[in-house]
Amino acid sequence: MRKIAIYGKGGIGKSTTTQNTVAGLVEMGKNVIVVGCDPKADSTRLLLGGLAQKTVLDTLREEGEDVELDDIIKEGYGGTRCVESGGPEPGVGCAGRGIITSINMLEQLGAWDAKFETDYTFYDVLGDVVCGGFAMPIRDGKAEEIYIVVSGEMMAMYAANNICKGIKKYAQTGTVRLGGLICNSRKVDNEKEMIEQLASAIGTQMIHFVPRDNMVQQAEINRKTVIEFAPEHPQADEYRALAKAIDSNELKVIPEPLEIEALEKLLIDFGIAN
Amino acid sequence: MLLRHTTKEVKERKALTVNPAKTCQPVGAMYAALGVHGCLPHSHGSQGCCSYHRSALTRHYKEPVMAATSSFTEGSSVFGGQANLLQAIDNIFGIYEPQIIAVHSTCLSETIGDDLGQIVGKAKDDGRIPEGKHVVQASTPSYVGSHVTGYANMLEAFVKYFAFKTDEKLRQVNLLSGWVEPSDMRELKRLAGLMDVKTVLLPDTSDVVDTPMTGKYQMYPKGGTTIDEMVSMGNSMGTVALGEWGAKSAAIALDNKCKVPFSMNDVPVGISATDRFIQALSTAGKVSIPEIISEERGRLMDMMTDMHQYFYGKRVALFGDPDTLLPLTEFLLDLDMKPVYIVSGTPGKRFTQRMEEILGDKVSETKFKNGPNADMFLLHQWIKEEPVDLLIGNTYGKYIARDENIPFVRMGFPIIDRVGHSYFPTVGYQGGLRILEKILGAIMDKIDATAPEESFELVM
Repeated sequence: MRKIAIYGKGGIGKSTTTQNTVAGLVEMGKNVIVVGCDPKADSTRLLLGGLAQKTVLDTLREEGEDVELDDIIKEGYGGTRCVESGGPEPGVGCAGRGIITSINMLEQLGAWDAKFETDYTFYDVLGDVVCGGFAMPIRDGKAEEIYIVVSGEMMAMYAANNICKGIKKYAQTGTVRLGGLICNSRKVDNEKEMIEQLASAIGTQMIHFVPRDNMVQQAEINRKTVIEFAPEHPQADEYRALAKAIDSNELKVIPEPLEIEALEKLLIDFGIAN
Repeated sequence: MLLRHTTKEVKERKALTVNPAKTCQPVGAMYAALGVHGCLPHSHGSQGCCSYHRSALTRHYKEPVMAATSSFTEGSSVFGGQANLLQAIDNIFGIYEPQIIAVHSTCLSETIGDDLGQIVGKAKDDGRIPEGKHVVQASTPSYVGSHVTGYANMLEAFVKYFAFKTDEKLRQVNLLSGWVEPSDMRELKRLAGLMDVKTVLLPDTSDVVDTPMTGKYQMYPKGGTTIDEMVSMGNSMGTVALGEWGAKSAAIALDNKCKVPFSMNDVPVGISATDRFIQALSTAGKVSIPEIISEERGRLMDMMTDMHQYFYGKRVALFGDPDTLLPLTEFLLDLDMKPVYIVSGTPGKRFTQRMEEILGDKVSETKFKNGPNADMFLLHQWIKEEPVDLLIGNTYGKYIARDENIPFVRMGFPIIDRVGHSYFPTVGYQGGLRILEKILGAIMDKIDATAPEESFELVM
């Protein structure tokens, strides 16, 4: 089984990219479980056709310890198994601890038992690795490959670089590795070249460049992945290509995050200044 | 009336727990770690946690309990406790020279997401752990489970870390014990000795928290399972695990890691559970049961029948930890007593299942419950609804016993107002005799104190 975590700056398109990639893997006949690690619980909306999922933590709160696996795993597009960790309302409690609790609970309940024949686990994690709880998916024995969704915008690259610091810390004693950067285009000038340059500076690769296309928005409004909503559209092929690239990816590294000066220089050399 | 605010009427509660029938995970982790020779428990959290857990154990065992702490400050809570633990590992091996440091987490370090595995891994990579020394870690957030969970997590961590399988086959049996007293550990070893089965008992707190007074302080007393013994567990013929809550996860871990098969048994409290334990030991060790064991059993049987009239039909309320409550309930039924109210703060769905199996249709009025809402308050309310003749549980039961004027037998953790539990076992047939002696003593004292003059009995 491949265990993958998707990180990236908030609003960059992690959930959209993850779900579309998962749809691509499903088309290839893979058996996938998606674990949404975001208190907003919207990581599986496109696979389930809406916010239909009761979260692990809500279930825990309401039913106490009598939680069954069937209460928290819902089947979505193409037989994907979808889980949402959920979490507290904004401004209260501890969302990080929520992630630790729900992943522990999934393991205890046997979500990864051999009978499910899982090929891929995807952890879709909120924004930055802001605290220990959000690093739970990359602890030893959890996700082994990380993909960071990024665009050519400065703050997105800055966040990606920061996430690499978290990965490096855990990679030194564990098995987690960076698999690559996924560029989710914002139509910034020289975007592709810049992200390729950033990737190589960190010691990894840009695994795919996903162009910006309105079809993604249309599919989202219809609560579907592009692959399900418009299977013939060229954008669907982009996600298929990304799924394929991840499926055949061999390059897994311990990243070398950049100093802030080096990062800014990269932007000046490739982007804004030109 | 210290508990005068306890009302008779039981109302459905969702969140509130009043006087919980449990304590927190690290207390158990610390106790399990003390059962390993030359091991210093280490609490990864703030100082107050460590102090409380140490004193909880000291008050029960009347022995000094040593443990180190990561001494979290506000800064550690923000930046993570890695620096503190690394420094602690340096200091502890440098100053206190244990063979093993057994690190457990606390609420604070768990909540901020410290990953003990990663930090200990780093300590190893940095060369902070001297050759031949070991650091074992277990995750023990107190807001999950109870002290029994912490005990089980630490036990599992030891087995996972040390047990190792080679081609050598050893003619020995692993005994993985749930939470019992040092006297009980000693009794388990004595019984295995009588059976002529070579065993490795883990953990083994005898000669650690019941040491003789010699006038000289020893930081690491002679007792406790040794590293070599723990390593050798991987080559044993089999494992006899005692207590699902305390020892099952370790037994499974040992089976997964070293393919040592295990049998899951109750802690041998009372005659039936001891029968099954002896049988399990005989099967695992491939030995027959010697006459001397049958004689011990016969003596217990004798007292049960001699004094049957005092046991018959008596209503009993009991509370404590599942691993001992289950066989104790069974023992009370064997005595023809009526265990009517049973609570345990330790969660686990198996409790209901097992209780139903044990109780069958023997006592129709029994109420039992476990988990966060199964507290002393609920037990007291049940008792107020319809009184009982006997209460069995830890020291915290004394408030109910006093208010309701119920004979009270102390069993379980903690017992902080009486002595004896460290020295006189309650497991095995001998332990059964002690339980009977205590039950009879409590019941008869009340009879003597309250009998009218004309029926005050000399012979009982």
